[in-house]
Amino acid sequence: MSRIVAAMSGGVDSSVAAALLTRKQCRRDARRVAQLLDIPFFILNVEREFGERVIDTFVDAYLDGATPNPCQACNQYIKFDELLKRGLAAYGADAVATGHYARLEHRDGRWRLMRAADADKDQTYFLWVLDQDQLARTRFPLGDLTKPQVRAMATELTLPTAQKPESQEICFVPLGDYRALLEERRGYAGEPGPIVDADGTQVGTHTGYAHYTVGQRHGLGVALGEAVYVREVQPSTNTVVIGRREEVAQHTFTVDGARFTAGEPPAERFGASVRIRHRAPDVAAEVTMVGRDRFLVETAEAVWAPAPGQAAVLYDGEECLGGGRIARA
Amino acid sequence: MGPHLPPDALLSAQTSSLGSRLDSPSDADAARGYHRAMAIYLDHAATTPIRPEVLEVMLPYLTEHQGNPSSIHASGRRARQALDEAREEIARHLGAKPREIVFTASGTEADNLAVRGVAWAASAKGRHIVTSAVEHKAILATTAVLERHGFEVTVVGVDRSGRVDPEEVAAAITDRTTLVTIQSANNEVGTLQPVAAIGAICRARGVAFHVDAVQSAAFEPPNPNAWQATLVSLSAHKMYGPKGVGALYVRQGTAMLPQSSGGAQERQRRAGTENVPAIAGFAEAMRLVHTDPTDFVPLRDRLIAGATALDGLTLSGHPTERLPNSASFVVDGVEGGDLVAALDLEGIEASTGSACTTGSVEPSHVLLAMGVDPQEARGSLRLTIGRTTTEAEVDRTLVVLAGVVGRLRGMRAPAGATA
Repeated sequence: MSRIVAAMSGGVDSSVAAALLTRKQCRRDARRVAQLLDIPFFILNVEREFGERVIDTFVDAYLDGATPNPCQACNQYIKFDELLKRGLAAYGADAVATGHYARLEHRDGRWRLMRAADADKDQTYFLWVLDQDQLARTRFPLGDLTKPQVRAMATELTLPTAQKPESQEICFVPLGDYRALLEERRGYAGEPGPIVDADGTQVGTHTGYAHYTVGQRHGLGVALGEAVYVREVQPSTNTVVIGRREEVAQHTFTVDGARFTAGEPPAERFGASVRIRHRAPDVAAEVTMVGRDRFLVETAEAVWAPAPGQAAVLYDGEECLGGGRIARA
Repeated sequence: MGPHLPPDALLSAQTSSLGSRLDSPSDADAARGYHRAMAIYLDHAATTPIRPEVLEVMLPYLTEHQGNPSSIHASGRRARQALDEAREEIARHLGAKPREIVFTASGTEADNLAVRGVAWAASAKGRHIVTSAVEHKAILATTAVLERHGFEVTVVGVDRSGRVDPEEVAAAITDRTTLVTIQSANNEVGTLQPVAAIGAICRARGVAFHVDAVQSAAFEPPNPNAWQATLVSLSAHKMYGPKGVGALYVRQGTAMLPQSSGGAQERQRRAGTENVPAIAGFAEAMRLVHTDPTDFVPLRDRLIAGATALDGLTLSGHPTERLPNSASFVVDGVEGGDLVAALDLEGIEASTGSACTTGSVEPSHVLLAMGVDPQEARGSLRLTIGRTTTEAEVDRTLVVLAGVVGRLRGMRAPAGATA
């Protein structure tokens, strides 16, 4: 791989220039890998769909005081929809395969989305949106492997990406700073407003509500002698509410936009384990359907900072049942 | 690949099992879909296969006659002879003098040298250039650079068939104009331009006239005298010659500022050791193409008639004033890139219009200039036949095209998978 020095001013132009360099690198790596594996390589342009379905949705979540799920949106609308449909039509393909860590099983007449063998890498938290039609046309070749095994195979196949470091950032947010994106896509520059505690007492000033998410600890500029976290973001009043650790934990919350991999919930009321952020531990819960696309989650132990907009994903043991987006309290 | 896929999502269709090791290179190429026995090549506007006779002429200069034409010794003299003969051959086809031919590494370099070289050399007289909206990017990107250096550029439009109106060129010329640059034929839609009429206007106004003849030279010998052209760009690989060599005709007496320095080659107009084998092949390709009796028009028209009979396929470019081998279309309801990839997997090699802009997000600047709706322009398809294209290949292409277009449109119907 070539070494490129990117001059960074911290402004949007140099940030995007650097991001483009890395993306080009990605494309070249992908092409080289495809050549080595004897796979015809095409570039499918989904820039418009990605911009609308993933980036704009991401930005709008912040403006709504919620926490976005860009990877899940990309799975739902790009990889397992646009790519799947265009792949099937243009290339006469039968299925789309991705490098996600998850497994599929066909049992008792339906496709089941199962956690990956490598529990540490499991990505079902981003895949709960898939339905039976999508699951039937999906392959997860890495589902039974661990990350070290995957790296070993890449090394054995002498792929140029074998030792490539893991990407942790959101691919379209260079350096993890999404604030420039809010301004660029929606003209949101941020207006200073109050940071208040549970009693409504102002304890600080923020740079704009959309710059904060529930559960955030850093960057508040508030010194109260103990750790404080964002508890609520109120767009209408441009207010950020903070609380102590125990104040941001909850036992019950409502979930909107419910989807189930089976097409319908297992029952009107059922036990499940719930996960409310990637790599957070699962918690035992009682789930009660409220109409067709809402459900109430009551957890046995308090879960920490359920953030509006974040996915609440339901599991029955190893099987991912589906999920939804946490609603505003 | 992790959970994050870049916005330009990458799709690969697997044709062989992972890690399989194939014995011979041809098997490996076949598995990659590079050399299918039944592949139909309909992308002759992008590049043409080298003729065996051309390769034959080139080989000695890649092996035993390895001299540098600038050297004094026998090897050098041998190379110089090849260079001189090639220059004479090419000049003969243009009705030009050998000294008026400057060899370059590509048609794009010839375009750059023409536009930059003349614009800068004449910059004391004036700094205004006239060109058209459908030129190759080798011209439009170059005039854009000059614009940033203080030159004024007038881009004349085209009609729905992609034709430039000579009267518009005449109206665009001012006292400060030093160069008009118009292509003889469009690379994407195949439309021919009235270069002789434009040349007459330029001559009358005392303005240098450059013709990018890269795309048309395989069909009609470039004719600087009939066109009253000052400069003409050519490329070998569009006429069954090798890649990596082009030429610029520069009328004697034309002031031109070299764009490379460090050698006296090409009468001090293009420094750098000449690519002798490629130049020898270029001359042979030029000789052969202009004695080739192939009439492309009946096969091209069979392709056009068959394709436009399909639902939602319309011809783009001029119906008759077009390159004899070029058929280009706008296909409703499909993405050109998807269509070309799908055709490739069925063994038919086509293009969206221009190999140079493949992978770009923007629809073709040529189609937009012709007034095609931006959304429709995304469905562009170019099929360009060649010397060896057969009627059976054209008919097979039409059958596959109908099937693939139908399949691609089918996916636009509501799918069960949609959220």
